[in-house]
Order: sequence, then structure tokens, then C-alpha cells
Amino acid sequence: MYYHDVLVVGAGLAGLRAAIAVNQKNVNVAVLSRVYPVRSHSGAAQGGINSPLGNNPRGGFDSVDKHAFDTVKGSDYLADQPAVMKFIGMAPEIVYELEHWGCPFDRNPDGTLAQRPFGGAGFPRTCYAADKTGHVILHTLFEQAVRFEQASERENFKFYDEWLVTRLVVEDNICRGVIAYHMPTGKMEAFMAEAVIFGTGGAGRIYIPTTNAGISTALGMAIPYWAGVPVKDMEFVQFHPTTLYPCGILMTEGCRGEGGFLTNKNGERFLANYSDSAKAMETAPRDIVSRNMRREILEGRGIEDAWINLDIRHLGADKIMARLPGIRDISMNFAGVDPITQPIPVRPGQHYTMGGIDTDENGATSVAGFYAAGECACVSVHGGNRLGGNSLLETLVFGKISGMAAADYVTSKSGLKKGDAALKGALQAEEDRFKQLTESPAEAPERAADIRNELGKVMNEKVGIFRKEDELIEAFKAVKGLQKRFKNVRVGYSGRTFNNALISTLELEANLAMAEVIVAGAASRKESRGSHSRLDYPTRNDKEFLRHSVYTWSPEEKKTKPSWKPVQLGIWEPKERKY
Amino acid sequence: MAPTVKLSIFRFDPAKDKSYRFQDFDLPHSPGLTMLDAMFYIQDYIDPSLAFRYSCRAGICGSCAMHIDGSYRLACETPSSIALDRRVTIRPLAHMPIVRDLVVDFTNFWKQYRKIMPYLMPGTPPPDKERPQTPAERQKLDTLIDCILCAACHASCPMTGSDEDYIGPAVLTKANRFAVDSRDDALPQRLQVVSDDHGVWRCHTVFNCSLACPKDIDPAGSIGNLKRLATKNFVGRSPTK
Repeated sequence: MYYHDVLVVGAGLAGLRAAIAVNQKNVNVAVLSRVYPVRSHSGAAQGGINSPLGNNPRGGFDSVDKHAFDTVKGSDYLADQPAVMKFIGMAPEIVYELEHWGCPFDRNPDGTLAQRPFGGAGFPRTCYAADKTGHVILHTLFEQAVRFEQASERENFKFYDEWLVTRLVVEDNICRGVIAYHMPTGKMEAFMAEAVIFGTGGAGRIYIPTTNAGISTALGMAIPYWAGVPVKDMEFVQFHPTTLYPCGILMTEGCRGEGGFLTNKNGERFLANYSDSAKAMETAPRDIVSRNMRREILEGRGIEDAWINLDIRHLGADKIMARLPGIRDISMNFAGVDPITQPIPVRPGQHYTMGGIDTDENGATSVAGFYAAGECACVSVHGGNRLGGNSLLETLVFGKISGMAAADYVTSKSGLKKGDAALKGALQAEEDRFKQLTESPAEAPERAADIRNELGKVMNEKVGIFRKEDELIEAFKAVKGLQKRFKNVRVGYSGRTFNNALISTLELEANLAMAEVIVAGAASRKESRGSHSRLDYPTRNDKEFLRHSVYTWSPEEKKTKPSWKPVQLGIWEPKERKY
Repeated sequence: MAPTVKLSIFRFDPAKDKSYRFQDFDLPHSPGLTMLDAMFYIQDYIDPSLAFRYSCRAGICGSCAMHIDGSYRLACETPSSIALDRRVTIRPLAHMPIVRDLVVDFTNFWKQYRKIMPYLMPGTPPPDKERPQTPAERQKLDTLIDCILCAACHASCPMTGSDEDYIGPAVLTKANRFAVDSRDDALPQRLQVVSDDHGVWRCHTVFNCSLACPKDIDPAGSIGNLKRLATKNFVGRSPTK
């Protein structure tokens, strides 16, 4: 059995920043990641990271308050306002820290960090490196993590690469550690720890199509959920307006921030025809732009009834090559279109999971010693709709906060190194589960891929941008049916080394569990707020639903229990949301 | 009927196979299908035992570099349509031990990465705000910072194959990225590390790396720059960028 004071699960931005924060407090930390750290999905973020620095000539009057207000308004008032103030309050120090660590942000002529406009933002406040911002930040953080790993003056910092965590071990509501599968050797091990931080990312792979990486499944949310940690606001799923047709790869909001147009088959900038986007046009927030794009397509004004054109030709070749080179590469590689001479075919697609593991503003959960940060967590600072450029910021701010909180918890904890029996029992249970999935005969064998594809389709069609009662009921029945069929899934390959099929089966079970919560939450929220748009309840209903949905799994009863939690207001009163 | 994608894929499980073999797979083509998609199809519907790495499927994570149809490239960026008229062969990256099938052991690659102090080392404490950097200074980092550490160049290089301690083109590009950063003040230490027996002088300017790079980076150019800096540092006058 391995032992570390703090385990961080996930080596994307949240995980790496959390691990660095733990080690900065001179506490022993290990990072477990199912991929090499730089393979994490944080690296696919394109547009940028928000911070009210006021570096842009048009951003001189920006402030923490204004950024926080935009975030709250963008959330359709579902974000917790004190948490948002803490979140944005740390934005400048977090971005400067990245710069000090060597992050190659683009610059203004005076040498300061350049900032571009983004949707839902009152001022240009998005720092960026062309359209590869996530990539450069992820590499910078990994570089710094290696610096911490190599430093001899502090407690150890250790990486466990290609270790997939499959179970969280909780005893008497105290976190004891995790069980993990080492993909290159196939062995399973128990890891004992005083505190565990999850930074496992979003659950986009519940949906088809999605902009999310193949590794962005619900596993990181379902593992704590099955261990009794509640999840929150799961019905809020962000659909990014511009994903490449048909493969679903992200086309950054920076395309519009830099001045790109969205046009229908008549070449018309249709956002002008909708009252909620008439003023801000292409820089309205994502939920609004996605809805209006979907409406255009549904009403027959899409191109081939399937997509909308993202037109950046008027920016000119120089600007496209300098600011959006990755977008050009992706368009040419995956759609055969050169955006310098042709519009890019795009449609809205699943992009971000606003909901997640229910945490407080320190990343702490209902289980002592268990923390979560980044997309897998829900503080909530994004509420019903996240603003572009706020997710990278969230990973770093709450990664840092949760790392510091976990280190403090461990330092003050008494009764260390407990839970040996619970961990050994869980390890055996996981061995048994692996055997069951790979070796035991099934009555009517099911193929995981069939269930995964059906789930993705149902979620996209019935729990997508627009939702209504009868379709949600159908979706719920479909998910329950798929869960039943899952019991007969067998992997078909029992080798342990890099058993991709086994991993995707474990992930499917998690996707099914979180899909159930998404559908249940969407059905019970009889209003429209942020990304959650009910055709049968088209307006926001603050009287009944200005609150967070919470779902808690009961391991004894093998079912989920819904409850509600109040939203923390206190600064801004909810108002109608227009841009 | 959909046209058929015809692949021949390297298979090897060191735990039980005496030697490697190539296995043919035929699967239906669909518009936009990539080689990575094809591998998912094989795993889902033909042979669940196929081992390969994947993550972003959008050319930015560096997981799926492999040898496809004669050159190193990212499976996610390679259209399956090249395998319609003839059977295309897929092999793992060279010069690294096989874990299973297309998955190779990157341990030595990351060891080389860790050797070169792959982080900014400024000589002064951080200011309250950003360290100023002009757009021209920042521009010197262009392309160098695009590296996704996929190891396509590393596998294409004959020298990494003959000297496993050779730092290699990908990691030397990273070293150059810090050497040319206006904010970094550790040039002498960096040059010390990259100019030992397993550093830049091991490069025989074959240029395979610059041909292989899926991100159009020029590792050979980076190595050339480090050679130039090392020469000026150790043979000529004081080091300059």
C-alpha cells in the first residue's frame, strides 16, 4: 500500500495547481493521473483566461467588482456571490503568478499582458496566447510541478503517471484514500492518504457530440458520488456555440472576440433578430448564442439544415495567422476549409459541465479530507452558465485554494495513517469488479459501445439545448433502461495491461450514473435559467428555483436522493438578463 | 455500402508474445473518419484488446503520435481515407520499449525532459505585476511553445535510437524555448546541461525531426541555435542571446 499525506487525482490545471499549493505548504503530495500530465484536457482550452487587469485600452475602467458582476449575471444569478467575489478577487494574482512562472502570454506594445474581448464581459479582460492558451498554461504548470518535484528543500512531490483512480475510500465520513489501476502494468493498488483532492475535469463524454477529450468522462464525479459525496446543479450543461461540423472540435470564442460573424444560409447576421443578443451580437454569452443558432437551424435557415457559418474572412490573413493559427489548422485538417477564404461550418455542441461535486468555497465537501476543484467541482461560481475565459481561471484559483485547505487540514489532523482495513477491503472489491466485468459470463451480453452511443444520442436530443417535460421523461426512462442493460456488459478482453475497453466500460457506468442525475435535475427544474432552457417553462422563476439542486447517492438503498440548497446572494439582486 | 478502410496494425504483448506481428483490420469508412476514430471502432466492434493512447482527438494533447503509412504523425489528424485504395500500416513510435501494441514506454523521454531544467529561471524576484516583455521578445517564443511533447521527432531521430541518454530534439526544443526567453537568466547553466556528451553535439543534423513535427516546429533549428549559443559561450566571448 502506498502512502502520501495528500493525493491529487488529475494532472490538468486544477490538479497541478492544487499539488503545487500543497507542496508550497511543505506537505507531502502525490499526483495520480490516468494520462501523462501534459495530455490533460486543460490543454485543449483555446481562448484565454479572464482577469480584470485593465491592460486593454478599452478596459481601463475594469475592476474585480465589474468582473464579478459579469460572472453573476452570466450565471443567470445562480452563482454564489461571496464565492464569486473570492474567485475574481484572486484573478490578478493568479494570472501574474502564471506570468512569473514563464507562461508565454501575448503582449501589448508596452510589454504588459494583452487582453481580448470575450462573451458576456463588460471589458476586454481575457489574457491569451494566440488560440492555444490552455496548452501554454498546462505546460507552464507542468514545468513548475517538475521544479517542485526536483526541489530538495521541501517534502516530496511525486507523480504517478497513467494511474487511473477507480474508487474513493471513505470510512465514518472520513476520506481514507483511493484505489487505482496502473495502466502500463495492470496492477491495482490502494493509496492511503490523509486528504484527497479531485481535479478530474468535466463529464462531456456523456454527450455525443462534445468538444471534450476522450478522457473527459463522468468517472471523476461518479467516484465520489458513489462514495456518498453529493453532486450539485448537474442539469446545467454548457453548449458551446461554435464546434466544428461534423467532428465537434472546439472553435474558440476568440474567433468572435476577435470580430468574427455568425451567419445563416442567407448570409445574414441573425443574432440581430433576437432580443437577448441584438446588442452584443456575437459576443453575447454562450447559452444565448447557442440557443439562437439552434433556432435558426430548426427554422430552416441553417446551411444544409445542419450548421451555421462562422465567418472570420474579414479579419484578414495576417490577423488570422497571428491570433487564430490553431483554428486555421483545425479547420483545414478536420473540415477541409481554409478560414482565410471560406467560412467555417459550426454548430452548438456540448462543451462544459457547470455542475459537479458539491464543494464550499475552499473546495471542501461533505466528507472530511475530500476536496474537489475545477470542472469536476461545483462551488458554484458559474451557476447556470459559465462565461468564456472563466474556466481556466477557476481551475487555478480553486486548485490553489483547495490545495492550501487540504494541506492545512492534514497539518492539524490527529490520528494519522488510519483506514488500513477499509482500503484493503476496497482493493479486493475492485479486483472482484474487474473480474466480473472481464471474466464472468453474461446472460445476454451487451456491447459497451452500443450503450455509450445510445446514451450520447438521447442526452443530446432530449436533454440538450432545449428541453421539455415529455422528452425528459423519455430520456429518464431511456437512461434507466441503459443502466439495466449495462449489467450485462462484458469487456471481452481480460488482459490487464492498457485495457482500454475495460477503462471505457468503467467510464460508461459513471456516465450512466451522472446522466441520470442530469435528467432528474432537468426535469425537476421547471424554469429556464442559463443553459437550462425549458420550452414548457420559458422564463426564470426566482421564487421557486433560485436554488441549487443537490443529488446524494445512498449506497444502502442504491438510489439517489434529491434536495435543494439556497443560493448565496448578498451583493446583486437578480434582474432580467439581456445583452 | 461504405468504402472499406484497410489497416495493418502492429500487435505485441511482451508479457506473452515471443515476437510482434501485424494484424489486418477492415472497417467501414465514413466522411471525416480519422485513424484515431478507426482505432476506437476496432476497439468497440472488432477487437477490444487493441492498445493505444488517446486524449483530446484534436491535435493538441500529444497522446496519439505513431508511425502511419511511412511517417510519424498524430493518428487524430490523419484521415482514414488514405487507407481506402491500399492497406496502410500503423506502428508504434520507435526507440522506446513496447508496453503493448501501439503503446510505448515514455519513461526515458520524461527523464530527458526533467534533465534540462524545463522551467523559467529568472535572476530576480518577481515584481508585483507582470515581467514586461515586448511583442518582439515574445515573438521569439513562437512555434517553440507549440510543442506538444508527442515524441514524433524523438522517434524519427536516428541518434535517439543509438544513444538513449541523448536529450533528443523535442526536449532540446524545450531547452531552447527557455534559452531564448527574455525573462530567463540561466543561460550558462542551460548551456552546460545541453552541451555535454549526450546533448546538442550528438545531433548530426539529419533534419528528420523537423520533417516529422506535426505542429510544424523546427527542432533542428532549435538545436542549431543551442549549438551556436554553446559555441559562443564556451569558445568565444561571454554568452549572449
